[in-house]
Amino acid sequence: MRNLLVLFVLWLPVHAQAALNVFACEPEWAALAHEVGGGDVKIYSATTAMQDPHRIEARPSLIAQMRRADLVVCTGAELEIGWLPVLLREAGNAAVQPGLPGYFEAARFVALLDKPARLDRADGDVHASGNPHIHTDPRNILRVSTALTARLAEIDPANAAAYRSRGQDFAARWNAAMARWQTRAAPLKEVSVAVQHASFLYLLNWLEMRTVATLEPKPGVEPALGHLARVAAQLQVTPARMVLRAAYQSPRPADWLASRAGIPALALPYTVGGNARAGDLFGLFDDTLDQLLKAAP
Amino acid sequence: MLRPALIAAAIVAAFPAYADSGLDALRAELRAMKSSYEARIQALEARLEKPESPAAPAEPLPQQTAAAPAGNHFNPDISLILQGRYAHLQDAGERRIAGFLPSGGHGADAARGFSLDGTELVMSASVDPYFRGHLILALQDEAAEIEEAWFQTTGLGNGLSLKGGRFRSGLGYQNEQHPHAWDFADNTLMYRALFGEGYGNDGVQLKWVAPTDLFMEFGAEAGRGASFPGTDRNTNGAGSVALFGHLGGDVGASHSWRAGVSYLHAHARDRDSELEDMNGVHADTLFSGKSKTWMADVVWKWAPNGNAREQNFKFSAEYFRRSERGSLLCEDNSAEDSACTGLDDAYRSHQSGFYAQGVYQFMPRWRTGYRYDRLNPGTVDFGANSAFLPATDTQPTRHSLMLDYSPSEFSRLRLQYSKDKSMEGQNENQWFVQYVHSLGSHGAHKF
Repeated sequence: MRNLLVLFVLWLPVHAQAALNVFACEPEWAALAHEVGGGDVKIYSATTAMQDPHRIEARPSLIAQMRRADLVVCTGAELEIGWLPVLLREAGNAAVQPGLPGYFEAARFVALLDKPARLDRADGDVHASGNPHIHTDPRNILRVSTALTARLAEIDPANAAAYRSRGQDFAARWNAAMARWQTRAAPLKEVSVAVQHASFLYLLNWLEMRTVATLEPKPGVEPALGHLARVAAQLQVTPARMVLRAAYQSPRPADWLASRAGIPALALPYTVGGNARAGDLFGLFDDTLDQLLKAAP
Repeated sequence: MLRPALIAAAIVAAFPAYADSGLDALRAELRAMKSSYEARIQALEARLEKPESPAAPAEPLPQQTAAAPAGNHFNPDISLILQGRYAHLQDAGERRIAGFLPSGGHGADAARGFSLDGTELVMSASVDPYFRGHLILALQDEAAEIEEAWFQTTGLGNGLSLKGGRFRSGLGYQNEQHPHAWDFADNTLMYRALFGEGYGNDGVQLKWVAPTDLFMEFGAEAGRGASFPGTDRNTNGAGSVALFGHLGGDVGASHSWRAGVSYLHAHARDRDSELEDMNGVHADTLFSGKSKTWMADVVWKWAPNGNAREQNFKFSAEYFRRSERGSLLCEDNSAEDSACTGLDDAYRSHQSGFYAQGVYQFMPRWRTGYRYDRLNPGTVDFGANSAFLPATDTQPTRHSLMLDYSPSEFSRLRLQYSKDKSMEGQNENQWFVQYVHSLGSHGAHKF
């Protein structure tokens, strides 16, 4: 381990002359790395907001990017279990293996919700360590940004001061934005919603909204018509004000249920790039809140 | 080959945390649980006393959460593949591909009716910070075959990795895939003719990925070379050498591709193949010499915006040329009223073939696919044995059509129809119904 670290440090300056290569598994972490890293990092986002992060192919282009990465920033909590291990294995990049400073898992720095009480595939595609969609709560973004700032400073000491100053600047702007969002979001408290997948657990938890129905019969299992009909019947008893889905999810189930229940179906951006307004992390939450507030006046 | 008792021992050995000291481990786990709950309760109490303001700016630096207490977490990731089928086939006896020396392997003894198609136990884990290990056992009645058992370096860096042990060669595209990852119920004719199932070897592999935007991977392997087209030769040194290179990349957000070239050089000594001689009688032949195989492969995948969940398409094709040179002995079977007289003479062959297949997921869970196989027996020169062994002008071909349904990522049901003209004088309609289930830890598949 120590030898590896020594090797790593010896090897680092060669690449540190150029910008630090950051491989972000999801667009939200690419955006965050951009906020903290600025011009000192070169960021590659492995996925876009139009792709389901659970189901990504371990494409050759991703292996090529992983090969040159100095820092890998991923969610963890098994979100990328179907593809990230292949990239790490095939790329032959010793600096970004799990357990080393070059490997950063955001989920390690926040408290995960919905940790399953039992692990059985009969319950669908469950994540043993909890729900991995942590970035939908802006408080988690702040926590991860602090940790990411520290990590960037650790692996690129030459620019540590710049990372810290950008990290502090981001935290200040983020805190101000959160205060603004919190005030605006007051009317959303206790509002009931139906969701397609548990993608927004942390968002709804932050806004203290209530989930009354999930369109997927089990996590990761496609909504089938029979189950949707039961959900529609259930919404007669416990009505929801809106149906939420992520931009990458198929619109059909949410639209069908929404028209059946006479409520709006919202395509939330889910992550940076999910729609035209969600160009960065601030835009992501601005647009999400605007859509929610519009649907629940 | 292992006896069942040995398999049981191997499996027990794979669970040391339980097998060695089950009770102690349980006690330790209980203690760990107890202390973790106490800690959590204290944390909750602390939070109750001091209500958290939702956007507390002065939050301390987040600490990386400690990994779960060591219970069975040191045990390898284990997954089990259950695969079986119903096959409606003609009673075609030995299923030899016309014009090709039989390679043995799973394709040759296609069972009719219901059968288990493959049961595989896969285990993998990090060995230490420098290596990871991987084992694939194929379980059969009264036998367990070690399909793969290798280590791979994780710490070399600079795009290098070294693999050692028994592994599937990095040749071609389909070669590293085990049957559960195939898109059809049976093997391609090309791989059946070349290797039986896929080319595995005991040896070492060095692989390098170039630090470029375009994916470039180069690999070299040297090994015992005991499997077809080579044989075990009881010598030092390497019996086979393989080289491969792959390029790959994306075109826009929706398209990705990979293409490559591979070369395999193997030595055979007294490689046993059963043929039919001029009189239609079973003849045993032994080949000694060199076998050279060139392969080219291409894969192209499409998914709208790169989101494969709803719809996606995958095209793959591979082509090979093989030339073998040496001598062939046709064992004397004249006692059974047949042709061979035990003559050992020069043998030369140049053969080729390809497959091309497309698989389309037209809606979540449902995929359909078409595959075309064609082999060219090319020129086969039996030397003086030409008097006893027939040449063929049959070009083996096969059309396959499949439909599969995957209730989840872990299960798949498949229906397949094939029009098989790969055997001499046969035109067979084949039907397969197959299931492929994978239990246990979530496997990650290569591109």
